Amino acid sequence: MNMIEAINSAMDVMLGRDDKVVVLGEDVGYFGGVFRATAGLQKKHGKTRVFDTPINECGIIGVAVGMGAYGLRPVPEIQFADYIYPGLDQLVSEAARLRYRSANDYICPMTVRTPFGGGIFGGQTHSQSPESIMTHICGVKTVIPSNPYDAKGLLIAAIEDNDPVVFLEPKRIYNGPFSGYYDRPVEPWSKHAASAVPEGYYRIDLGKAATVREGEAVTVLAYGTMVHVAKTIIEEMGVDAEILDLRTLLPLDVEAIEASVKKTGRCLIIHEATRTSGFGAELAALVQERCFYHLEAPVERVTGFDTPYPHSLEWAYFPGPVRIATALTKILKD
Amino acid sequence: MPETPPERSEGSRPASNLPPLSLHIPEPRYRPGDTPDFGGIEIPAVEATPRPGEATKPDAMRDLCYGLVRVLDFDGAAKGPWNPNLAPDRLRSMLRTMMLLRAFDDRMFRAQRQGKTSFYMKSTGEEATSVASTMAIDRTDMVFPSYRQQGILIARDYPLIQMMNQIYSNRGDHLLGRQLPIMYSAPEHGFFSVSGNLATQYPQAVGWAMASASKGDTRIATAWCGEGSSAEGDFHSALTFATVYNAPVIFNVVNNQWAISSFSGFAGGERTTFAARAVGYGIAGLRVDGNDPLAVYAATQWAADRARTNNGPTLIEHFTYRAEGHSTSDDPSAYRAAQEASAWPFGDPIARLRQHLERLGEWDAERHEAQEKELDDLVKTTQKQAEKLGILGHGMHQPFETMFEDVFEEMPWHLKEQCAQMLAEQEAKFGPDWKPE
Repeated sequence: MNMIEAINSAMDVMLGRDDKVVVLGEDVGYFGGVFRATAGLQKKHGKTRVFDTPINECGIIGVAVGMGAYGLRPVPEIQFADYIYPGLDQLVSEAARLRYRSANDYICPMTVRTPFGGGIFGGQTHSQSPESIMTHICGVKTVIPSNPYDAKGLLIAAIEDNDPVVFLEPKRIYNGPFSGYYDRPVEPWSKHAASAVPEGYYRIDLGKAATVREGEAVTVLAYGTMVHVAKTIIEEMGVDAEILDLRTLLPLDVEAIEASVKKTGRCLIIHEATRTSGFGAELAALVQERCFYHLEAPVERVTGFDTPYPHSLEWAYFPGPVRIATALTKILKD
Repeated sequence: MPETPPERSEGSRPASNLPPLSLHIPEPRYRPGDTPDFGGIEIPAVEATPRPGEATKPDAMRDLCYGLVRVLDFDGAAKGPWNPNLAPDRLRSMLRTMMLLRAFDDRMFRAQRQGKTSFYMKSTGEEATSVASTMAIDRTDMVFPSYRQQGILIARDYPLIQMMNQIYSNRGDHLLGRQLPIMYSAPEHGFFSVSGNLATQYPQAVGWAMASASKGDTRIATAWCGEGSSAEGDFHSALTFATVYNAPVIFNVVNNQWAISSFSGFAGGERTTFAARAVGYGIAGLRVDGNDPLAVYAATQWAADRARTNNGPTLIEHFTYRAEGHSTSDDPSAYRAAQEASAWPFGDPIARLRQHLERLGEWDAERHEAQEKELDDLVKTTQKQAEKLGILGHGMHQPFETMFEDVFEEMPWHLKEQCAQMLAEQEAKFGPDWKPE
């Protein structure tokens, strides 16, 4: 399965297992979503379980809060993460705080799925990475898978979770793991071990990072598309790096991070999102607090720039091979 | 930026002949020092507003968005097609609930002024909108209130002491002192957790109603907002979803004329009615005299029947007047004419229901005064009990760690760490044996 098929399979499994699960969003019903993530689900599970909505993110997330209060488990889709902002008040002030403000009278077990990240010529309205905004909200969990197997297992865990989860799907790797070189063909997921996705139910608990590659020289913290880009560069450079795929940004697997950085003594953080107040800043602070006496070089960040995502210059914006290689060279030199 | 605007191109009209464009900034008719005169408000006769069948198509009843559903005339007689013909016991129960709400409001307002809590919001003059409306729906129907619908809880017999405990954020507060006073939550009474953010409850009510319908349930939902917050995007999102899915929901807009210090013109009320918002969405709209408890009851009953028989959502504008300030933090004398409330042509909802009952020979001044005293005593006694559990600012009433609970179902590591840090801080300050006061 590719990543879209794995995500589709997760929803299919959950729609079949639990009649409280409903899928809603723009174009998700008959057509099956612009990325086809919900293809076939309405036909199989019916129109009251999987349905199209008006183009209205405030409404999509707001009705999902009400559905959650009724006792359903809504899985709303926001067509692109860039469009989550009109629904943000419902997410920040309502979904995220409902359990707290009502002292458990009401819960909001929703999973907001949304494709995010750049590298598809989406311009500044189809490329943004809003994960640090999500992790700044108290009461929302933030999950970012990097391969089909994880995507299915994490999405099932997210749908089963009794708290609101924002499930950010790195759309650049829907079809295959992206190397970071835009002028090279993308190898399809079918040639990759992570495409061996079981048809049925399985879950990957939230809050656990995965070690993608073991190494001694430097710890690379990444998630989503950047896991694969990092892996390509590291293998090309022949660096003995350890790559952690964080998978869940909140709650974060700080133990795995701490153990790895204490082992390697160096830490490089990579994300596509803009730099200032990005999630990398949080990671760098945590590493500094917990591993300072083990560090042999300053913690480095490789990120997107603090500008909107440019359309024609997106590969200059993207934290690709050159930026990562430069940072790796620097951090290993000290 | 170019330094000078571009020349008008060939073919455009010469600018010198055009009137200058102008901008309209709404301004209420009366400000402090003015003598208000509401003579301009059109008050249709009680019998003049027809009552269509509950299955009537919205476009066949547009006039109801611009008229006024009335039952009680100003002499206290119940008349016309909307008369719900309630039995005297039911009318007395309605009167009692509204009087209890007013006694509660007065007492809690005073408690805030005495420094026993931080904040309060009265619903004086608007008691009919919440109480009569609640009595017209089923107890199992779900309400998504705004912050001035405490009448719903009282009409559903929610314990007064629990409301007071919440207002005092004391150790009896089941919301653990987390919410601003009056932001109640009562799932067992079909009352959603109150949000301070405006109109957010509107899409939520639609979602709940959609869920109920998709499960083949028989319960409907009601949503509440003020006329000011009908300008919020959430309001329009909700109406769109409700009409698209024909959700079994009632939208209540309490048009009390003032959104803090902004008059209803700033929400668009100068150009049309708030009930007429329904027209553009193709849903049923009713404009109701919100100070006429029987009209509110009748309109809500109509809308509930409509929703329950799958004839779709209804928007009800309760045309009323906020007789007091927005909240205890507000000073209405700074922005509106002092006599506005007494000049309001629709009178006081409690006085009107009392007049009606007396006219029927089912009530009299003696009973009214006795009831007033009984309710005042009840509220006073309850207040004493609540204050035994603490008042806001006099000590801390909840175990410290409750601050970190319920952010998530299970506490993640970072909150555990922060909780431990806070407990250590508090232990350093108060010693290890500290207990909530």
